Amino acid sequence: MPEATPTTPKNPTTAPTVQDEMSPAVPIPADLSDERLVHARGVRGALDSFTRKVRGGDLGSLPVIIGLIVISLVFYAQEPTFLSSRTLVNITLFAAPIGIIAIGVVLVLLLGEIDLSVGSVSGLAASVMAVMVVYEGYSLFVSILAGALTGLAIGVLYAVLFTKVGVPSFVITLAGLLGFLGLQLVVLGKNGTVNLPPDSRLVEFARSSFVTGVASYVLVLVVAVGYGAALLWSIRRRTAAGLSAPSLVSVAVRTGLLAGGLLYLTYYLNIDRGLGYLPLLFVALVVLMDLLLRKTTWGRHVFAVGGNVEAARRSGIRVTRVYLSVFALTGLFAAIGGLLAAAQLTSVSQASGGTDTNLTAIAAAVIGGTSLFGGRGTAYAALLGIIVLQSIQTGLNVIGVDSSVRYMVTGAVLLLAVSIDSVSRRARSSSGRG
Amino acid sequence: MTATTTERPAPAGTAVLSLEGINKRFGAVQALTDVSLDVAPGEVVALVGDNGAGKSTLIKIISGVYQPDGGTITFAGRVVHVGGPSEAQALGISTVFQDLALCDNLDVVANLFLGQEKGTAGWLDEVTMEKESWRLLRTLSAKIPSVRIPIASLSGGQRQTVAIARSLVGAPKVVMLDEPTAALGVAQTAEVLNLIERLRETGLGVILVSHNMADVQAVADRIIVLRLGRNAAEFNVDETTTEQLVAAITGASDNVVADRIRRNQAAHHAGAHDA
Ligand SMILES: Nc1ncnc2c1ncn2[C@@H]1O[C@H](COP(=O)(O)OP(=O)(O)OP(=O)(O)O)[C@@H](O)[C@H]1O
Ligand SMILES: [Mg+2]
Repeated sequence: MPEATPTTPKNPTTAPTVQDEMSPAVPIPADLSDERLVHARGVRGALDSFTRKVRGGDLGSLPVIIGLIVISLVFYAQEPTFLSSRTLVNITLFAAPIGIIAIGVVLVLLLGEIDLSVGSVSGLAASVMAVMVVYEGYSLFVSILAGALTGLAIGVLYAVLFTKVGVPSFVITLAGLLGFLGLQLVVLGKNGTVNLPPDSRLVEFARSSFVTGVASYVLVLVVAVGYGAALLWSIRRRTAAGLSAPSLVSVAVRTGLLAGGLLYLTYYLNIDRGLGYLPLLFVALVVLMDLLLRKTTWGRHVFAVGGNVEAARRSGIRVTRVYLSVFALTGLFAAIGGLLAAAQLTSVSQASGGTDTNLTAIAAAVIGGTSLFGGRGTAYAALLGIIVLQSIQTGLNVIGVDSSVRYMVTGAVLLLAVSIDSVSRRARSSSGRG
Repeated sequence: MTATTTERPAPAGTAVLSLEGINKRFGAVQALTDVSLDVAPGEVVALVGDNGAGKSTLIKIISGVYQPDGGTITFAGRVVHVGGPSEAQALGISTVFQDLALCDNLDVVANLFLGQEKGTAGWLDEVTMEKESWRLLRTLSAKIPSVRIPIASLSGGQRQTVAIARSLVGAPKVVMLDEPTAALGVAQTAEVLNLIERLRETGLGVILVSHNMADVQAVADRIIVLRLGRNAAEFNVDETTTEQLVAAITGASDNVVADRIRRNQAAHHAGAHDA
């Protein structure tokens, strides 16, 4: 079908001429005035730009979400109790401690570095806490603080070795993996196992504290209203500054979807025990880290260092501080995760924070969509990744399959996730999305 | 500032930036030997020389990326030690690097304000930064479809425009541009040259590295030639012919390029349009 090629632009008003900018009759937002920009307005536009992004290799969380749906359907077909509220509550509970460790892994991966020792650090922190509270008679608060500081101090040590001595993070943390495992054995002493008192506040927090009933629904509403208000405020600011802003309809749709989804999830979890304090803490930490990464100068610098260290340094960013903060936070998150895992099991042993913890935390961050090449990913990767892995584990338990299969399945999923990252990276560079 | 192009530029005494006896060695390569350079406020100094002459190295020393092995840097009358890029930035020296130094994974706004983000108490003010980005890019007639796409999706010239726009963020006193127009289109090159004129008029010191003699002669007040890491010559732009420049750059007056220029000039009495 031969198409008439017009010699003049079809829509001359979109050309970014001086008259346009000055004429109040055609107020084109400054960021939409380029005629080559494909305008995406309304629901159609949103869908269009989404498909274009995906085709261009900007997959975001899409592969994980599809994976999660596939996993759910497969296990559900085998054993319908997989999607029962009881199983889901269990998944949220068991996912949380390692999920918290995975947040730290996401942070180091964003810098293009790695921490192989998060498992050992979590085990050491838990041992320090348990020995202090059970054998040394310190208060729970002081012991928790000491455990957390252990992780933080290890992170600082890593950062110093990395930035001052220049040892690759792979080697530093591999040494840490071995060294701190040994230290954990020393701390635990001869017995090798320390049982936490079952009436300890920490154990109660991790095992039997749930948000239920009215409180849970109020929480959902507060979150939804906060989200909607933040969107509205940003629209107001952008419009006042003469920039394009999403429509009110889109705000209503997004807030409505969030509220509806959360309300249903809350209702469903409430059929069983409800949302545990532990998973709630995990989600809160994920949201907090997401905000810090996207909305603060610090987060911007983390992405810059992960994308191009030299450019970051030449822009005047104190790169050393960025490394220091991230390694320290990774150690801290590993320690917190370790303490909570110990509380959940009511004991710390020589196996605490072993290979399983380590690999699951690292795999979760990667499966959740954090690029191993640095500079790309979100805090939500920890949440999505750990839910995938915990679902696989719980699902295989539910249908009564051996743990040998679990390792193989987890390995395959990890490989798949990294392959998706590599392929989408290639698609990105050919479609110009970096 | 009332600097006019016809007058001799300000003498070294009033220089905003002044380098004395700078040395820099990379392993077996003595990249810079006793290099001196002055820039006065409202003056455009062009730094020219062959590939590998040491121009970028000098720029990186001034911007704190490299530390000199010897020599002094005087900024606004004080001897300073530029220990790192953030210190150069704090002094008011901004740089467009030859390799641009942009973060491919960040969008245009993030790159423009990298290291100088606007916001309160550590929280970013994206709206102000985005608005300011459009203003900066418009002053350069930038052809950039959206400031919210990653830098990786821009063309070479668009990336260069972003790097130039970035040097204008904040309130610099000296702007250094290392081959800023190498990848630019005709209109954008003209715009950058205009911008350099405007920077001069607002009283900034400008150091321009370029291989394009026409551009250099169009905007510079003074031309400093580096050869093999040494000061080879210094010219006042009005008293210089392209032929002299080429001779100083290459270190010989009897080479093909110089010959060709001489022949052309003899034949057409035209300027140095094909230098
Ligand atoms: N980081 C480095 N390590 C080792 N040698 C270097 C380094 N940077 C520059 N050099 C050397 O210093 C000399 C000057 O390089 P420089 O980049 O300053 O040249 P230039 O004048 O900018 O050249 P061009 O016009 O090609 O950009 C070259 O011989 C180069 O090999
Ligand atoms: Mg150079």
